[in-house]
Amino acid sequence: MGMTIVQKILARACGRKSVATGEVLEPAVDLAMSHENAALVINQFLEIHRGTGLAPKVWAPDRIAIIFDHRVPAESAKTATNQKKVRDFVSAQGISKFHDIRGDSGGICHQILPENGYVRPGTIVTGTDSHTTTHGALGAFSFGIGATEMASVWALGTVLNLEVPGTIKVEVNGSLARNVSAKDLILHLIGRLTAQGANFKVIEFHGDTIRSMPTSGRLVLCNMTVEAGATSGIVPADEETGRYLREVAGVKEALAVDASDADAAYDQVIRIDASQLAPQIARPHTVDNVVPVDTVQGVRVNQIVIGSCTNGRLEDLAAAAAILKGRKVAAGVRLLVFPASWRIYRESLGAGYLATLVDAGAVVMNPGCGCCLGVHQGALADGDVALSTTNRNFPGRMGNPKSEVYLCSPEVAAASAITGVITDPR
Amino acid sequence: MNPAHHGPVHTGKAVFQVGDDISTDAIYPGRFMATVLPSETPQFAFADYTEFNSCLKKKEIPAGSIVLAGSNFGCGSSREQAASTLKGHDLVIVARSFARIFLQNAINLGLHVVICPGIEASVGDELEIGATSILNKTTDRRYPLETLPPARQAIMAAGGLIPYTRQKLLERRSSTTG
Ligand code: SF4
Repeated sequence: MGMTIVQKILARACGRKSVATGEVLEPAVDLAMSHENAALVINQFLEIHRGTGLAPKVWAPDRIAIIFDHRVPAESAKTATNQKKVRDFVSAQGISKFHDIRGDSGGICHQILPENGYVRPGTIVTGTDSHTTTHGALGAFSFGIGATEMASVWALGTVLNLEVPGTIKVEVNGSLARNVSAKDLILHLIGRLTAQGANFKVIEFHGDTIRSMPTSGRLVLCNMTVEAGATSGIVPADEETGRYLREVAGVKEALAVDASDADAAYDQVIRIDASQLAPQIARPHTVDNVVPVDTVQGVRVNQIVIGSCTNGRLEDLAAAAAILKGRKVAAGVRLLVFPASWRIYRESLGAGYLATLVDAGAVVMNPGCGCCLGVHQGALADGDVALSTTNRNFPGRMGNPKSEVYLCSPEVAAASAITGVITDPR
Repeated sequence: MNPAHHGPVHTGKAVFQVGDDISTDAIYPGRFMATVLPSETPQFAFADYTEFNSCLKKKEIPAGSIVLAGSNFGCGSSREQAASTLKGHDLVIVARSFARIFLQNAINLGLHVVICPGIEASVGDELEIGATSILNKTTDRRYPLETLPPARQAIMAAGGLIPYTRQKLLERRSSTTG
């Protein structure tokens, strides 16, 4: 029987001809990513070496990426001290893919990896962040792990006991309507699959809608596959992947391209007609609580957030700016914008998007995770309703369990900023 | 036959119950994530379930007590604090199913997790967790367990991923150096 892309990647990483779903493997890792939680990884890494007489040296300093993004610049002495500990470790170990709090190279990990060409098709990427699924957009097998498991990767260079996942094939055809975007597509899919519908599985994206979608949109899709429980999302690498890696990420060498065999086995096949898709909203307090925008149209919002590793890219800011150009954010609404990286910040500054957004009344924050996980800026009041382009709306996710979060696309966010209520951007 | 977990039969009382799709944000809210060390995380277990959290903090919940969960327990963020915070109170988690990263973190940290797809129990019930099934002693009904893959059992048997990796590291170093 044929193999899926992920099975092929895993077979190669284990030096085998084939692997079957459910087998437990120890694949070699090409890239191991952490953010501030590297502080915990370091702790566990040192713990592994304790009493062994071995010097704690990471297996490959050039294959480890560490990006500060969750609380930048540090919001507390505790975070600052953790960051310092990581900085010291990075320099002692010679870890080269380190992105500190800097305007010339910083940003959110899931944007820093692709834009710097750290992710290549056919490789195995793992990160101490559940949204590490994002990088499947470039044809890699990329998944999240915990800090102790990462410490083990740093020591051994392999992931231990990874089960070869089954795969759900999602085929999307037809063109998306104006102001309907990748975010609406993935929200719709999560609504259909539910929060556990893809548990322990990979979601593989196919169809002409995906083929004609830029990498920025594919990153949105794969980013949120974890919200259906998926181990990873993956888009087969193609000409667009090559274009992105050459033109945006500056990658020079030739790229390996895997494709699933025609007779590969899928656990499930889901077909979506993109042309029929309306803007989608995930209502509080689960990501799979998805409805078309008209169901919740008119709901009053207090804070709107555009940004994050899901929708903080240049295309997202461009879409928001196009809608907000010459308009004003409604009175009583706070619009916060967090570009996903400083590179995007500069590019959107150059393109005039940031000026447009600020003129409309938006507050542009520094690139980083911002208020996405409720630890840094943009806290919500008791009873506040937020509308956000981020990826989670669990109770308390934005820092206050007495608030509500609706999730949406940048287009819905921008249109709603003008009216102050949830609004269809079409 | 694969035993579902190692060690002797465990008997404990269900002290807390949650539904399906409980995220790691609910187990360990993001606003406490700057706290990372397993020795410091237990205070924030289920922080937004204030009543249960205060019982935990007051040490009113005996070690080995059982938390009952629905399906997909631990979905969302990969934060390992969600496992270490429960491990810190020596809770046993019996769920219909677990989310992937949380399950792995739990096994890596030696948190006692039990997958029991058909479990029916309420707070106050006494459960006897055996090698292949759970007996609800209060209702006198028995429910089969789902077994973990052998590689995960090996990590549990080693006492967690740290000793397991330590052993692998020593094996690899000794095979390359001599
Ligand atoms: S932006 Fe939000 S979801 Fe993305 S990495 Fe940061 S905290 Fe996680």
